[in-house]
Order: sequence, then structure tokens, then C-alpha cells
Amino acid sequence: MEAFPLESNPALPHEAEIIERIEETPTIFTLRLRFTDPALHQRYSFMPGQFNMLYLPGVGEIPISIVSDPEDEHLYDHTIRMVGRVTRPFAQLKAGDHIGVRGPFGRGWPVAQALGQDVVIATGGLGCAPVVAMINYVLRRREQFGRLTIIQGVRHSADLIWRERYEAWSQLPNTQVLLAAGQAGPDWRWHTGHITACLEDATITPESVVMMCGPEPMMVAVAKDMLLRGVSEERLWLSMERNMQCGFGKCGHCQVGPRFVCKDGPVFSYHEVKDLLGKAGF
Amino acid sequence: MSEQRKFMPNARLDDLLAQLTRAGFQLIGPQLQEGAIVYRPMTSVAELPLGVRDSQAPGRYRAARGEEGGRWFAWANGPQALKPLTFAPREPMWRAVAAEGRLHFAAVLPEMPPTAVIGVRACDLAALAIQDRHFADEPAYQARRRQLLLVAVNCSHPAATCFCASTGDGPAASSGYDLLLDELDEGFVVAAGSEAGAGILALLNLTDADPTQLEEAAALLGRAAAVQQRTLPAGDLAATLFARLDHLRWDEVAQRCLACANCTQVCPTCFCHSHQEVPALDGSHSEHYREWDSCFSEGHSYIHGFKVRPDIRTRYRQWLTHKLGGWQRQFGRSGCVGCGRCITWCPAGIDITEEARAICAGEP
Repeated sequence: MEAFPLESNPALPHEAEIIERIEETPTIFTLRLRFTDPALHQRYSFMPGQFNMLYLPGVGEIPISIVSDPEDEHLYDHTIRMVGRVTRPFAQLKAGDHIGVRGPFGRGWPVAQALGQDVVIATGGLGCAPVVAMINYVLRRREQFGRLTIIQGVRHSADLIWRERYEAWSQLPNTQVLLAAGQAGPDWRWHTGHITACLEDATITPESVVMMCGPEPMMVAVAKDMLLRGVSEERLWLSMERNMQCGFGKCGHCQVGPRFVCKDGPVFSYHEVKDLLGKAGF
Repeated sequence: MSEQRKFMPNARLDDLLAQLTRAGFQLIGPQLQEGAIVYRPMTSVAELPLGVRDSQAPGRYRAARGEEGGRWFAWANGPQALKPLTFAPREPMWRAVAAEGRLHFAAVLPEMPPTAVIGVRACDLAALAIQDRHFADEPAYQARRRQLLLVAVNCSHPAATCFCASTGDGPAASSGYDLLLDELDEGFVVAAGSEAGAGILALLNLTDADPTQLEEAAALLGRAAAVQQRTLPAGDLAATLFARLDHLRWDEVAQRCLACANCTQVCPTCFCHSHQEVPALDGSHSEHYREWDSCFSEGHSYIHGFKVRPDIRTRYRQWLTHKLGGWQRQFGRSGCVGCGRCITWCPAGIDITEEARAICAGEP
């Protein structure tokens, strides 16, 4: 399935209605959206790992990854963490409110390459929306993929959102869940320490396709581990985050060396970005 | 389109402008205003900077009328020329109207009349070709761009800061113009570069340029290339610069650079811009603007509480590695057209050719 851009003017938002607002944690919430123009809603499609620009009048736009499934009930979910001037007013929104949406933008996860392969998802930091979309994508089409390994590191065990989901995923056949918290609370049954601590327990074949999201030093550490296990650079993928204002490679803010994160990424193969990955200033 | 080059006596320059006006074009041309050559709307040949000479050096620009007479185009580019006409420094992109809980969006497209720009230089044509690619799918840029007719003038008087011969973008204009002039003492050699230009040229009923005039024009261009002192280092600058990200020169130039962004504002290829929301006071609507931004600004690399480039060293390095390196991969060529503006208009007199040479020299 090819992603379908909204209209000929990629800078112009379209009205969408908030169908539901889901409180994930006191600072993280999900907006479930539907375009108010039915024809546009029908036409719109995306791939896991792509993002939309969400707009609130008088506030501005933010790039937010789409976490729902491309074949979901035709609603588009965006999970947002309250961090600043723009995200805070978004947190005040409720069902029935209207916002602007344009997208989808960027290159998503390498779904085609991962078909029939073992999939490793490695994330660090607070809830990593881009990979949740990919986890859901695999689980929904379980028979099309091999073994699924989900690895997540958080600073404190209390930072882990969707903990019940990880518990549920860990019970699924042919699926391994490995979690690590730098600091563990009382009911933490997983690893304590850096994400690399739980890599020891992972069973990873060189044919795996690895998808990473989180702080760049963490992705570098995981990538090095995977390379030692014989996974090639072309099978290591990571989602990057930069200042993005236009979404389609015009405004220049998201550039990492010659690459536009919004257009050439946000998902890159390790091979493409390894030269500047983790280099301060890029 | 005719390859034939014509000769237009000085007295006929007014006719050229009149034909363009008659054909429905507003005229924008170089004028001496507040001590600088700027491109502004004009109606007659009297507004052109006849006899004006300029003097440029790192961190220094002077332009003034010389003795009586002289030529119209005996100066090198001032701070701006084409870029603000196609990529507006600040403009609304769209408007959101809130009514009864609903949102309506409407694109705002610029309304620019057909515009003939007089006196465009080769470096700016090269820069325009790059921006045309960058903004190929951008409605506002294209709406302006479509309206332009470009009357180029081959550069006979490069400034001391110019190095277009080194980048291969000048001093002769090779493409991208509708009409091209070579200014001689008694008049101009004129050539058409498009159907539109050929149409205007035909209306002027000019005689063919004679071999002496063509030789004179060629000699001027040869001299304009030969007098340029500055050059960019040769070779694969992308590979060389990205291999020297920890060169000590980055620290050294950061001591002099003020991060004022003058270089990026005068650069004819820099395309960075920020989006801004301008809400109406009564909350009824909001306009979404874009405005030139710069990789030297604090906010350029900002992402949720963190700056990817917190210091001037990383910002200058971003600018130079992008302009001379990253651009190669993005556009198949360097982002520098050798216009020298970033050298002239840098208040600290930082010279891109000197910095590039220092960084490329020695061990990575």
C-alpha cells in the first residue's frame, strides 16, 4: 500500500475532528482523529512510522507520528507527550473539537523488507510512538512475520507507559519482551539497568530486521550490539527526531548532513546515517 | 530562438524598457538607494545606477556615483537581487478561520504581476536555478516565479569579494535568462535566451552586433574572470569537509562569528524558513506565515527543550558543511555560486573561501 498525500498543496492543513481523547498518563494523551471531509478521509492512507503535522489555531503545528494501524477503523491515532508551548494547548482538547491535519509525511518503517523476517523492535526513553505503530502492525499480521522481539529501556520503571500492553505482548507465541529500567520501582519484574543489559537475553538472528527509536546514544549502542550479532547495517533501521516545520523538505530545520529527516526519513537505515549519528551538532 | 546577437545603442535602452512595459511587465531594476545597489520597482532608464561604482571587501561595502557618464552596470551585486522576489522574506501561507466550532483553511497565494527584472547577474541566475529545484512543488514560490522575465547583464566589474569564476557560475550568464546584455561603451550586445526574450528583441529592430563588438564583450568577460582573486578549494568538498568536523578552525572561526545571520540572509541560495502563527486578537482567525530563518539562529535546531546546535561553532559548521558539502548530495552541485555577498556583508569580515581553505588544509 502506497501512502497517499492529501492534496496538491502539502503545506495546507485539512480539518479533522477529535473522535476520542485517551489519557495515557498525566502527561501523555492520544488523539483519535477523523477528517471531516468524508472523501478526503477515505482517500487518506499512511504507513507505520510516518507522521502528520497537527495544527491548532493560534498555537501552531507539531509533527506527530501516527500510531494507529493503516487498516484501522479509519481513525488516525496520535499519541502526544506534553512538553512545551505547542503540545500543552493540544492537551486541553476534547472529543468534538476540531484541529488541522496535513500529511502523511516521510518514509516509514521498512515493512516490505521485514515481511517473513524476524523483527526486533528496540526503543529507549518515554513511550516511543513510531515503533508502537510497527509493533501493532506486526501483531495484526502475525503470520506474515517471523519471531518478534520487543526491547525497551526506560529511565525509571514508572516512566513505562502501556505497561499492560507489554505484559500482554510477552504472553504471545513467538514473541519476546525485554524491558529494562535504570531505576526500578517495587513491582518491576524486568531488568534493572541500561537497555543493553537486556540485550544479553535476546535471541537475535542475523536475518532479523531491527527497528529502533529513542535517544541517539541508545540507538548507537543497540546498533553496535546488533552488528556484533551479524545483523547487517542495511537491516538496522532507526527513527530520528529533529525540528520539523514544513514536513516535506523545504524549511531546512531537520537536516542531518545532506538528509532531510522529514522527507528522507524519519526512518533511516543505519547505513545511511551512521557517519553523523550521535555526532554533536548534527 | 535566435542565436543571433544584436547591438543596441545606449540611446535605445529606454526603448527596451518601454517594450517590456508595453508587453505588460512591471519593471524591477538596480538603483542606488541609501548607499547600496538594490533592486526596486522602476519606470525609466533614469533610475538605473548610471555611473555608480562600488567597492567591496570583507565586512565592507560602498557604492556611490562616480564622475559624469560612465556605464549603467559597472558594479557588482549589492546585498539582494532576485531571491526576495521569488522566495519572499515573509509572507502568509494560509489562513485558518474558526467559526461555530469548525475550522476552515484557505491557501494564500501571492499576486505578483508579470515582472521584468533588469540587470540580473550570472551568480543570481545560478542561484535561482537551485531555488527553482528546491521550491519546485511549492505553490507560493511558483506563483511568483512564473511571472518573472529576466534581463541579465554579463558581469564586467566583479567586486574584490567575488569568486564566481571559481564556482563556474559566472561572470558570463550561460542560461536561465530571457534576454542577455553585454555592456560596452556605446551600447549593448543583446541576445535572447527564451521565446519571450526573442519576442521582445524582435520588436527592437536592432542590427546585428559586429565582430569588433563581440570581441570587446568577450574581452570584458575574460578580464572579469581574470581579476577575481578568491577561489574555493578544488576537489570533493563534501568528503573533505565532513572528514574534518573536529578541525580546530571551527573553534577559531566561532571566536569571530557573531551568529548574526547576515551571511544567510544575503545568500541567494539559502532556503531555510520558519513557520509562524499570527492569530487575530479576537480569535476569529489565524494566519500562518513563513519567514526566512537561519541556521545561525538559536531556535533553528530547537527540539523539545534541547538545541542540536547550542553554540556558534556547530552553527557555523552546519552552514559551511551544508553550503559546500551537503548541497552536493541534495542538488548535485555546491550551494555556493561565488557571489561573495556573505563575505562583504559579514560584520566580522569572515571569508568563506578562506575558512574553507583553512579547514580543507592539513590533517582531518
